Amino acid sequence: MLVLDSVTKRFSGLLAVSNASLTVADGSITGLIGPNGAGKTTLFSLISGFELPTSGRIVFGAQDVTEEAPHVRARRGIARTFQIAQPFAGVSVRENIAVGAYLRHLRRNDAMEKATAIGRRVGLGPVLDKLASSLTVAEGKRLELARALATEPRLLLLDEVLAGLNPSEIRDVLPVVRSIHDEGVTILMVEHIMQAVMTLCEHVYVLSQGRIIASGAPSEVCADPIVIEAYLGAGAGRHLARGATNA
Amino acid sequence: MTAREVLPHLIATALLACLPFLGISNTALNFLIVVLITALAAQGWNILGGFGGQYSFGHAAFFGTGAYTTAILQVQFGWGAWPGFLLGVFAGTLTGFVIGFLSFRANLRGSYFALVTLAFAEVCRIVANAIGITGGAAGLLLGLRPGFTHLQFTDRRIFFLLATALVGIALVVSRWIESSRFGAQLIAVRENEEAAKAVGVNALHVKLGAIMISAAMTAAAGCLYVQNFLYIDANVAYGTWISIEALLAPIVGGVGTAFGPLAGALCLGALGELTKLFADGVPGIDLVLFGIALILIIALAPQGLIGLVRRLWARRARRAPFLKEA
Repeated sequence: MLVLDSVTKRFSGLLAVSNASLTVADGSITGLIGPNGAGKTTLFSLISGFELPTSGRIVFGAQDVTEEAPHVRARRGIARTFQIAQPFAGVSVRENIAVGAYLRHLRRNDAMEKATAIGRRVGLGPVLDKLASSLTVAEGKRLELARALATEPRLLLLDEVLAGLNPSEIRDVLPVVRSIHDEGVTILMVEHIMQAVMTLCEHVYVLSQGRIIASGAPSEVCADPIVIEAYLGAGAGRHLARGATNA
Repeated sequence: MTAREVLPHLIATALLACLPFLGISNTALNFLIVVLITALAAQGWNILGGFGGQYSFGHAAFFGTGAYTTAILQVQFGWGAWPGFLLGVFAGTLTGFVIGFLSFRANLRGSYFALVTLAFAEVCRIVANAIGITGGAAGLLLGLRPGFTHLQFTDRRIFFLLATALVGIALVVSRWIESSRFGAQLIAVRENEEAAKAVGVNALHVKLGAIMISAAMTAAAGCLYVQNFLYIDANVAYGTWISIEALLAPIVGGVGTAFGPLAGALCLGALGELTKLFADGVPGIDLVLFGIALILIIALAPQGLIGLVRRLWARRARRAPFLKEA
């Protein structure tokens, strides 16, 4: 569904993403994890077209989309959420979602109906007529999800939709993500909450300092000493391994 | 857009159209015609500034282009007034496209966009003042030729109805924008351009569409102006006065609402006339009052008069069941 072929992004002196290659299989939930500042959000911006890569190729389906503008990619079926919610603050929640729905529905009634259905589905039913600026953090995250979903994407890029939520809110959102996937939407998610990554993802890529340092099933990746060192610092992997044998 | 959605706008237009038949004086009628011309220019500004959030400070560029095109075609080329009028609107729309293309493609937003539009209008003013086809500093005088084909009427009421019809069309177009896909995308761009792009909105196209509709309306106001006064020069056509009135009326009336510009233009017009009545000896006193009105509106009712009415209405509706219980 999505292939990144040695993608590099350089912001003048800063190498944000370096030679990253990854594949998101059709119909999968793929995870992208990594320490803070690893370049995960930059990678998302490259995939959704908000930044253009310095070098490398991005292929979606059979189409090379490397140079395409964000709205063109959205039409092709790539939808993204924003890590920090970016609502259309001055209009209602329903109208926020409707802007997404208008991508595939030209008539107002159709778009509004679709917006209402999707709003209810992600648990925004009671606040559909409120102003988007009045939402809580958790509701804002749901709105991000709803608006992206309303574009009827084939590939959904979720940028930390669970961050900032409390455990019960996370428990509410996880089934929604899973049901979206069950409908055949391929998902690529950046997530810090390992519990969510472990239960949802089939395949995980680990990004550290702009480089993909490991990939595989979530359980394998978590046990990989290189990954542990990337998170906890040099020597941590060895230290933990020694601790395990000593015990 | 259903018939029911535009009903209030059609009724308002019809009520306006009744005004000249209530036996009001020609002076009052002349005053109302100027108010309607300002309202039309303001309705144009409101499409781009109100719904699109792109605050233009140079709508004079469209107003003047409409006015000059109408005048030049009649005076220099002997065209009829109607085709001159249509081409004036078209020329204004084209100007909108050019200014929009240049500034939106360069990603100018906020105060940068405001400054660039102001600069475009000023360039137009200086050029129109210097070249021959516009009559230079002396301006252009349309000959007095009453008659339908010349768009000049001895009966002021007919001209008033023409202005009302155009304001009515602008009302319906504004209402259409409120309830259409294009409008939803335009408002989305105003609220958050990045997020709009992420859901597939082509922000450049949407903003270009908005500036062209906006320019067409303001250009139509310019055409009306020149047909009404039969005279135009650069300081009137491309002067900052119209840029300011075009943005003052919607801000006072209610930015991004269909009725806002009309309400604002009527109130400001009335305010201006009243001050002339009471303080005739002080030149520019009406502008001072406009400034005070603007400050008051921004401080007390940022959504304008229409927003204020809506807020009071909502408060009354909330209080009503309460009263019943008591």
